[in-house]
Amino acid sequence: MADQVGVTKKPGGWLRTSLGSRNLMLGLILTMVFVAGALVSFVWTPFDVTKMDIAHKLATPNTTNWFGTDHFGRDIFSMIMVGARTSIAVALVAVSIGMFIGVPLGLAAAARSGGWGDEIIMRGNDLVFAFPALLIAIMITAVFGPSATNAIIAIGIFNIPVFARLTRGAALTLWTRDYVLSARVSGKGAVRISAEHILPNITNLLIVQGTIQFSLGILAEAGLSYVGLGAQPPIPSWGRMLADSQTMISFAPHMALFPGFAILLTVLGLNLMGDGLRDLFDPRIRRGRG
Amino acid sequence: MKHTRVSFATVVVLAMGAGLAQAAQTDITLGMQLEPPHLDPTSAAAGAIDQVLYANIFEGLTRFASDGAIIAGLAQSWYISDDGLTYTFNLHSGVKFHDGTTMDSRDVKFSLDRARAEDSANAQKALYAGITSVDALDPETVRITLAEPNGALLFNLAWGDAVIVAPESIENIKTNPVGTGPFTFSNWVQGDKIEITKNPDYWGTPAKLDKATFKFISDPTAAFAAVMAEDVDAFPGFPAPENLPQFDADPRFTVMIGSTEGETILSTNNKMPPFDNVKVRKALAHAIDRQSIIDGAMFGYGTPIGTHFAPHNPAYLDMTGNSNYDPDLARSLLAEAGFADGFSTTLKLPPPSYARRGGEIIAAQLAEVGITAEISNLEWAQWLEQVFRGKDYGLTIVSHTEPMDIGIYARPDYYFQYESAAFQGLMVDLNAATDPAKRTEIMQAAQTMISEEYVNGYLFQLAATGVANAKIVGLWANAPTQATDLTAVYWND
Repeated sequence: MADQVGVTKKPGGWLRTSLGSRNLMLGLILTMVFVAGALVSFVWTPFDVTKMDIAHKLATPNTTNWFGTDHFGRDIFSMIMVGARTSIAVALVAVSIGMFIGVPLGLAAAARSGGWGDEIIMRGNDLVFAFPALLIAIMITAVFGPSATNAIIAIGIFNIPVFARLTRGAALTLWTRDYVLSARVSGKGAVRISAEHILPNITNLLIVQGTIQFSLGILAEAGLSYVGLGAQPPIPSWGRMLADSQTMISFAPHMALFPGFAILLTVLGLNLMGDGLRDLFDPRIRRGRG
Repeated sequence: MKHTRVSFATVVVLAMGAGLAQAAQTDITLGMQLEPPHLDPTSAAAGAIDQVLYANIFEGLTRFASDGAIIAGLAQSWYISDDGLTYTFNLHSGVKFHDGTTMDSRDVKFSLDRARAEDSANAQKALYAGITSVDALDPETVRITLAEPNGALLFNLAWGDAVIVAPESIENIKTNPVGTGPFTFSNWVQGDKIEITKNPDYWGTPAKLDKATFKFISDPTAAFAAVMAEDVDAFPGFPAPENLPQFDADPRFTVMIGSTEGETILSTNNKMPPFDNVKVRKALAHAIDRQSIIDGAMFGYGTPIGTHFAPHNPAYLDMTGNSNYDPDLARSLLAEAGFADGFSTTLKLPPPSYARRGGEIIAAQLAEVGITAEISNLEWAQWLEQVFRGKDYGLTIVSHTEPMDIGIYARPDYYFQYESAAFQGLMVDLNAATDPAKRTEIMQAAQTMISEEYVNGYLFQLAATGVANAKIVGLWANAPTQATDLTAVYWND
């Protein structure tokens, strides 16, 4: 307690706080490992992920194939690397869609709080929120066919109300602040106030929520691929790797273990990072907990 | 003191165990992957219907034996006129339907007239189209008259689509099937199971089992767990070939590997460019390595085929040499056809693992010669809609499980859209021929023609992969038609 209070007293001590926060560090390291793996996979993987070698199928981990091979003799380590790229790309784009549509909607709703615009936006949000992401994905797939793009759209749509609600809630309290009042008195319109005074003050909140949503996006992508609605073969995807391993788990457990751990560690890393960032940005919560 | 008590308990348990072992089990639970949409084999193509009902509930004039031979069913003998135009069948006497009504020649006339009627919903209507009349001469004699000689009539009558039904019970056949077989229908819990029980008044050799339950388990992982936990006693057509070695190593189970009528092919849309060019189709055939598909997708279970014909059929010709794996030849053929840089097409895959896994392997092999096959995985309903009826596809993989179905190549409106007057002529000749040697000759000419025109990519004959409790005797290892014939099944203790 004393230690934490000491840190917050010192201005510019955020670096030490973040280094000192084990959660944030662990989260950052885990996330960086997977991001790095995904980036490296653009230029190099130990083996070509589409190269099949049926004669060497289901090899257990060894010095050539570090994570072993799958039922087609493909290198699992390489597939995990490229799979990270698929997961991160889908989750990143989907969360961005949610943010870029959800945040302006939330700001607009807050600016017209209590008006019919607010009602329309927020009830529309409730409508989308009521549909599970999987249901939206199945609907989209039924119409356009399964693909990574449609998975992105489905996850993106389900992210919109999350950001819209968060933004509206946070913005509503800011609209009552004195500096917003003075901005209104000085003649600034709702759009300028939202952009210049409200948005900068909720950025931290959005980054934290974005990190959490990112981890949920990775889970959603894995879930959709698992049921065959995500990225289509031969693009490697962790969820599909798990689905493929299902009937072979009793004699080739490595096929399930590695993609399973990849999903677990990435989601864990992002969640730890999100928690750590929240503590960092909002010392009041930390003090309350401490 | 304590020791004595324990051994006493052990003795009791052992005695009970011995008592149980002496009375052989008389009920069986079978797993199957797909649930029948309804229970009328004469009005739907769904194989799951025959899998439950064929030979158990319903019987036809003739029937398939486990080795695929055609043997007598409800007809005990028949006489074919010299011109091959009339078939006179003598029916077994004293055959009763499960509702107590008598099965006689009028029921046969009703069933066959219903199958070939104008408004018939029979899935194999075309097989019975050549019949001009069915006459009940007396209660135990039926005469079938044909427009032209048809050497395959006895074979066609053995199909589940030609079983004998009664006009009295036809109205509710879809939910309450009434036949003449050794088992009677008792219960259908939708989404779960169908139960059948022994028919005590069966006209032939009675069944040895008292009761059989068919449980529907669609997920391969759940099927594996159900067999391992002995929730089901047998699973004919086990969906995950990769699990069979485990069952084989377990003394509790026997693995049955047999042949099926399932020619698994890379169906090619013959009217869609560039597949209308025989050089492109030939390039496809040489780009595919069958053995790695069999090893990778089916874990070694399957026989390579080079044409659309079952290898266990005596008339089969091994034509795999026409399409041996030769990617260099494939590339040069593509260059000759004007696709030196390859092309893109769609590969639409239905759910079975032979298609999904085989599709991934084929896509990788086609990529080697420059063809980009974009995979999309479809559910059965979507596949039937888009591929089978809509013909909106480039390539697809499917197993044709009907017996002796080379005739589909004579149908230009069939989903792979092969149109050849020469082949259609061969099929006309085949239907007219009754001499076995002549029939074999025509069938071989037909096999050669489709193989040399590379109509489809011929991959492998699907293996029948079943697993059963080691004590069960009498299940079919082969699958000459879709059926789970329980007539001769019993527990051996």
